[in-house]
Amino acid sequence: MEFFERFAIYHPSPLIYASMVAIGLVSIAIVVGITYFKKWGYLWNEWLTTVDHKKIGIMYIISALLMLFRGGADAIMMRLQTAVPDNSFLDAQHYNEVFTTHGVVMIMFMAMPFIIGLMNFIVPLQIGARDVAFPRLNAISFWLFFFGAMLFNVSFVIGGSPDAGWTNYYPLASNEFSPSVGVNYYNWALQISGIGTLMTGINFIATILKMRAPGMKLMKMPMFTWASLLTNVIIVFAFPVLTIALLMGTFDRQFGTNFFTSMNGGMDMMWANLFWIWGHPEVYILILPAFGIYSEIISTFSERNLYGYKSMVWSMVLISLFSFTVWLHHFFTMGQNAFTNSIFSITTIAIAIPTGIKIFNWLLTMWKGKIRFTVPMLYSIAFIPLFTIGGATGVMLGIASADYQYHNTMFLVAHFHNVIIPGVVFAVLAGFTYWWPKMFGFMLNEKIGKWAFWFLTIGFCLAFFPMYVTGLDGQARRMYTYSEATGFGPLNMLSFFGAGLMAIAFALIVYNVYYSFRHSPRNVGDDPWNARSLEWATHNPVPEYNFAVTPEVKSSQAFWDQKKHGHKLFDKEYEEIHMPNKSGVPFIMGVLFSIFGFSFIFAIWIGVILSAIGIFACMIHRTFEQVHGFHISVKEIKETEEKFGGADK
Amino acid sequence: MKIDHSQPLEYSTEQNRLNILGFWIFLGAEIMLFATLFTSYFVYEDRIGSGPSGADIFEITPVLIETIILLTSSFTIGLAVHAMRINRTKAMTVFLGITLLLGAAFLATEIYEFNHYYHVGATLQTSGFTGILLTTLGTHGAHVTLGLFWGTMILMQIKKRGLTPQIANKSFIFSLYWHFLDVVWIFIFSFIYLKGMM
Repeated sequence: MEFFERFAIYHPSPLIYASMVAIGLVSIAIVVGITYFKKWGYLWNEWLTTVDHKKIGIMYIISALLMLFRGGADAIMMRLQTAVPDNSFLDAQHYNEVFTTHGVVMIMFMAMPFIIGLMNFIVPLQIGARDVAFPRLNAISFWLFFFGAMLFNVSFVIGGSPDAGWTNYYPLASNEFSPSVGVNYYNWALQISGIGTLMTGINFIATILKMRAPGMKLMKMPMFTWASLLTNVIIVFAFPVLTIALLMGTFDRQFGTNFFTSMNGGMDMMWANLFWIWGHPEVYILILPAFGIYSEIISTFSERNLYGYKSMVWSMVLISLFSFTVWLHHFFTMGQNAFTNSIFSITTIAIAIPTGIKIFNWLLTMWKGKIRFTVPMLYSIAFIPLFTIGGATGVMLGIASADYQYHNTMFLVAHFHNVIIPGVVFAVLAGFTYWWPKMFGFMLNEKIGKWAFWFLTIGFCLAFFPMYVTGLDGQARRMYTYSEATGFGPLNMLSFFGAGLMAIAFALIVYNVYYSFRHSPRNVGDDPWNARSLEWATHNPVPEYNFAVTPEVKSSQAFWDQKKHGHKLFDKEYEEIHMPNKSGVPFIMGVLFSIFGFSFIFAIWIGVILSAIGIFACMIHRTFEQVHGFHISVKEIKETEEKFGGADK
Repeated sequence: MKIDHSQPLEYSTEQNRLNILGFWIFLGAEIMLFATLFTSYFVYEDRIGSGPSGADIFEITPVLIETIILLTSSFTIGLAVHAMRINRTKAMTVFLGITLLLGAAFLATEIYEFNHYYHVGATLQTSGFTGILLTTLGTHGAHVTLGLFWGTMILMQIKKRGLTPQIANKSFIFSLYWHFLDVVWIFIFSFIYLKGMM
């Protein structure tokens, strides 16, 4: 019995027991449902063992949407708790857990996988490739992310959630102040999914550098591909820092080392530094692909080519470089001298310059364009002013001396939500809607999509703009309640109301998927948006082999060239296509990694050893395995192409 | 599978070329990993609390042995790749085997060294300095250990299947990895041991 006591919830409440029951019931329902409809074979053969970048992309996006609702539930609970003064819906410990998991889930398990999912689906198509460079590794990346996320999510029913904030600062995150296993969960869930992300980074750099269609020079890549390339470079150089920081944290908590303690030579500020050396590039990992998505959408729906292609590329290169030089601005108030703060203040503010260039480029792309106000375009248009406000408040925060006033207030919370929601969330929703027909062969309903857009945008403004005011008035972030005398009450209530509108928007988006699945016409053709870049030159939905013939490209808008300038994209005969084999091993490795992480979290060493042996066994199996893939014959290609009605392609 | 005979065996297919590029990118990530460790080492170097300092515990003999062994193994893996390129399978397996033996000898010396640290009271828990010292050395040592298993697998495959383009590719990538560990060791030797002893 003693053995099982460690799995008890650290700080239980009826709400957690209720969710425990709910998780149990939903899991049983899923298993029963799949068995009843006899879908286990389909699930295993078509999804769990796939190495197809398109299916992996879709799985990333589905997981990201699930995590969006998990993180969203956390958000609603926080807004509900602070809606009125002296509220007792959550106590301090629960509030700590909720804001921690909200942050981690939204950044690591919602925004990043959503971005990586779109990248997986779109980048190989945009460069005219058959798959990524290492399809099998891609599957491993996905399953490591997925099981990392699952590991993180079981924390609140087994052993207790992390409660030291998503930034997990020491000494707060040490055993002394966070005695539950929560922070161990944080360490291992991030470690496992981080390894997956690192492998994605390597995979996509190799893919983009080596597998572009003939004629597609670097400066002729579509902007989303450029953004993805730079993002993956940042991933490869930032994630190892997190790996080491988490390792040191794990050692401190589980092996009693003195890295982040305040005795025996330990230094707690070291964590803050390492965390943000990874953490600041991390926010650019999120925003650069978003910039890429907006570039594609704004150009398509303005019916103009992207203004200032070269300056767009160079500004992203600059942002990527700067992203590694600003980490200290997250803790101006923590005791550096004025000279150090000034340097980081300047580098921080300098990022506004390349970002500003991009804003003007988008505006000039729209200038004199024939703008079509579709759902993706609405998100992109709303992004520009809202993101600019977020950027301007970022510059305010970047002024070190003034930061002493804003630091750790709701002003900061308002700022980063103001860049992340209109920046990243709007972008992935816009990209999701824009590329939906590419993935599934039908459109999402525009009317419901527009309702969702307006709910989301208005809800966003109501939820976060009041925080600027309360923050300047001195409301600290991460405080679970406040007294009535502070006067923060009405504005917090307004925030709660805004959060409610946003929840309605996300419900509408889900409803839209359901509604469109049922009612949307299936014959949308291959070019429903009158688009410009190469991914639209193949069919909707995309055949397994992407392109029947490798395209030849002469600009960043290859498809537009074909439509308007008579460029011949596919001027070759069909040839046999070589495809990689599917494999169940990546999934099994994901399971083993989650067992490894789980056992390590609870210091069950036998589980750690056995799962580690299992992981190495998978790797040994891989190195001895002889797989040569399979071939799709010319006859099969012809049949598929005729079925899609595009024999000429 | 298209094999381009104008290229060395390890570069002869499209997937082989992708694998080598991919591994170089991975080494980029590894550089960041060790750079983080070295940076942390420099931060903690003088934070010894009540524990020993580098000068108190470093011993030149095992460190010199480790250095010579590892540098030699870098040379022998180079010979192995050279033998592979002139298609001398036998010589290649011998040099690869010697490399792995040297790797094992390195590891044995390092275990001896760690044992010594333990006995003079420099454990993972003693201070910020000993923690980061053992973590940095341990991360390098873990890489060498992994390399030993990996190299053994490759050796078995050469015995079993001969030098196919795939196996040549794996061997070449392994040699990149091994050279990289050597480069890291040179930094460890210079910036941890020499700097600590001076």
